[in-house]
Amino acid sequence: MNSASCAAKISTQPFSLNPSSPTSHDNPLVSPKPTSLFLGSTRKLRLSSSSKLNLRRRSGTVFAVSDVVKQKKSKSTPSLLITKEEGLELYEDMILGRAFEDMCAQMYYRGKMFGFVHLYNGQEAVSTGFIKLLKQQDSVVSTYRDHVHALSKGVPARAVMSELFGKTTGCCRGQGGSMHMFSREHNLLGGFAFIGEGIPVATGAAFTSKYKREALKEADCDHVTLAFFGDGTCNNGQFFECLNMAALWKLPIVFVVENNLWAIGMSHLRATSDPQIYKKGPAFGMPGIHVDGMDVLKVREVAKEAIGRARRGEGPTLVECETYRFRGHSLADPDELRDPAEKAHYAARDPITALKKYLIENSLASEADLKAIDKKIDEVVEDAVEFADESPIPSRSQLLENVFADPKGFGIGPDGRYRCEDPKFTEGTAHV
Amino acid sequence: MAATFHGVGATVAALSSSSSPSNSFGSKKLLSSPSRSFSVRKRASFTVVRSDGSVNFDLNSKGRRAQQLIANAVATKADSSPVSSSSKPGHELLLFEALREGLEEEMERDPRVCVMGEDVGHYGGSYKVTKGLATKFGDLRVLDTPIAENSFTGMGIGAAMTGLRPVVEGMNMGFLLLAFNQISNNCGMLHYTSGGQFTIPIVIRGPGGVGRQLGAEHSQRLESYFQSIPGIQMVACSTPYNAKGLMKAAIRSENPVILFEHVLLYNLKERIPDEDYICNLEEAEMVRPGEHVTILTYSRMRYHVMQAAKTLVNKGYDPEVIDIRSLKPFDLYTIGNSVKKTHRVLIVEECMRTGGIGASLTAAITENFNDYLDAPITCLSSQDVPTPYAGTLEEWTVVQPAQIVTAVEQLCQ
Repeated sequence: MNSASCAAKISTQPFSLNPSSPTSHDNPLVSPKPTSLFLGSTRKLRLSSSSKLNLRRRSGTVFAVSDVVKQKKSKSTPSLLITKEEGLELYEDMILGRAFEDMCAQMYYRGKMFGFVHLYNGQEAVSTGFIKLLKQQDSVVSTYRDHVHALSKGVPARAVMSELFGKTTGCCRGQGGSMHMFSREHNLLGGFAFIGEGIPVATGAAFTSKYKREALKEADCDHVTLAFFGDGTCNNGQFFECLNMAALWKLPIVFVVENNLWAIGMSHLRATSDPQIYKKGPAFGMPGIHVDGMDVLKVREVAKEAIGRARRGEGPTLVECETYRFRGHSLADPDELRDPAEKAHYAARDPITALKKYLIENSLASEADLKAIDKKIDEVVEDAVEFADESPIPSRSQLLENVFADPKGFGIGPDGRYRCEDPKFTEGTAHV
Repeated sequence: MAATFHGVGATVAALSSSSSPSNSFGSKKLLSSPSRSFSVRKRASFTVVRSDGSVNFDLNSKGRRAQQLIANAVATKADSSPVSSSSKPGHELLLFEALREGLEEEMERDPRVCVMGEDVGHYGGSYKVTKGLATKFGDLRVLDTPIAENSFTGMGIGAAMTGLRPVVEGMNMGFLLLAFNQISNNCGMLHYTSGGQFTIPIVIRGPGGVGRQLGAEHSQRLESYFQSIPGIQMVACSTPYNAKGLMKAAIRSENPVILFEHVLLYNLKERIPDEDYICNLEEAEMVRPGEHVTILTYSRMRYHVMQAAKTLVNKGYDPEVIDIRSLKPFDLYTIGNSVKKTHRVLIVEECMRTGGIGASLTAAITENFNDYLDAPITCLSSQDVPTPYAGTLEEWTVVQPAQIVTAVEQLCQ
């Protein structure tokens, strides 16, 4: 079986590009010609509707974002990809994600949270790169590895930490837990424990956006939905079914694959007949892009295009982000299967380090600025833990409260009254 | 055939030729308002009038009560012909048309109501429940989906979370087995796991039950599989009146509701009111008040029960028939009152014996009303058999009126 050797090949494959230098010859958004099966980022992203290539169901050719950037760059003096404010925002978001997840690990081992906790260390570039481009009304759907998606979307760290501790002040009142982060205010539609389960929900949110625009005549409704999921999910039926429906109805959705090469202990190459996931987009009539998911700037550029496409009503995009999780699948995973060389390879490409380097080398920020942010985030995370610690645990009365939106759904009891009117019901001791 | 009706507000429903001609039925108008109307329940008067116009009185001791009841009855004539005179209030239609009417009215009333399913749009629905709606409301509001139940049900759930009120049609209830993931994990759970932040006002509906030699896979009764899922409600319609009422109530409900229709009942005809009405989702329907035994049933078995009731009445029994309608949660008030009156319970259902609605109902009644029972609860269910294709075998898998009669006789010994 050559898959193991393939994996080894990938891990030893050095990336020659320097993501932090836009003035280098290597355009930061184009990877070199792949020498292994897995990488292949020379696809092109379709730019705009005025392109000769019409987006009919059958065509799915995709153009390089590099072309976009080249055009942009040639118009003005060699400019940077981001401004200082944007750079600091991205840095802060990634540091928040990292610090929060590290704190989660600490708290888990101290017995403050239980169950399955899946940490996002190493993948921050994807979350930050995409979600920081969204408006509040745009929706995000995630998987069980959702803490950082929640934070990027704007859910306060306090609410997420409390939720992990199972307290009433959590974003889901302690009823969801690590794998079910929801926020109506920030349009975070979950948090799903089974893989693939959230993709139809995301498709539904995108459908609502289209419905509002076309059936309810809210002409300015251009809300976009992002669906995040992993490489393992890309072999699941729901993924393919939703690619079909999204492309069929041109739903404003972006399917973001966080390909970290491993589904617990199952290597992507051992599970997938054609491991190049981005190729599956054109099969359904949408562009498929592969991007280096350890580089937040590259991700951001691709995300801009994909989200822009969706907002303009041109339909969905499949974006495959090649990324890596530094920790095990969950805090219960001993992580023995992965090759240390592979881990080292990706650790050297830590997205936070890369962005930091970029900011400093391009004089967008000083060390002091970044240290200040580090400190600020430390305080935010400490405060979140304190808040969560001090928050009350749910009382019994909460047990039956949110089962039904309309609690009449518990029915009529033998005495003729609705069960929800029974005082025991609000105490949580009623037998339903 | 004999028409059975109640003293107040009688309606006559006729079975079309596509249903078994030997089935009889009764339909009761329960003009329930959204608030509880338990006081409206009492129906003391009852008359059996044969199609030839003769009135049947019970002649044994139990019959004296019947005679008493007749005196209280509002004098209404039997109407043996299916087509009623135009001077009667309301309008006549078939059950699938009633469903469509309910759906259409709700879609007009609230632009967020939309339909999704296979062949619901241009084809008009495989049982014509959505016929004409796509022309009227457009292809987006009546969405023809690809054959991907799990995903389009999930899509409906996502749409419901973000503000729409979808009605998802399973072309056959059995197909919703493919959507079980979404129904169990998302539909039932998301309101809870999100701490109440997202509501899922979705209606999942479709025809199920044993039809005419449709084969095992198309003859499944999914109510038994879904009943354990916390966070959903299940209702089963059985007459045009309650079909329309339940459809409307389900759409208006903030909870996810699964509406079970039956393949063989779509062509039932009944006269229903012109005015807007809904049927309470959590209430059971009193079909025929009685004194001797409580027969609990739902969906198609209601008609087998009513046919058996005819025979039973001739034999001198006075069964009380309740269509439980709400499969989850059970209306234990109506059921309890009946048990307290008759002290004998027979459950007749089309679900399989193991783990069916009848099994749960038996447990619920035993738990709550054990002291009132004079005999153990008898539950007649379908055989634990994949429904065979052969007509005779299929007939033997479901409960037939003769078995119901025998069971009542045994129960009342």
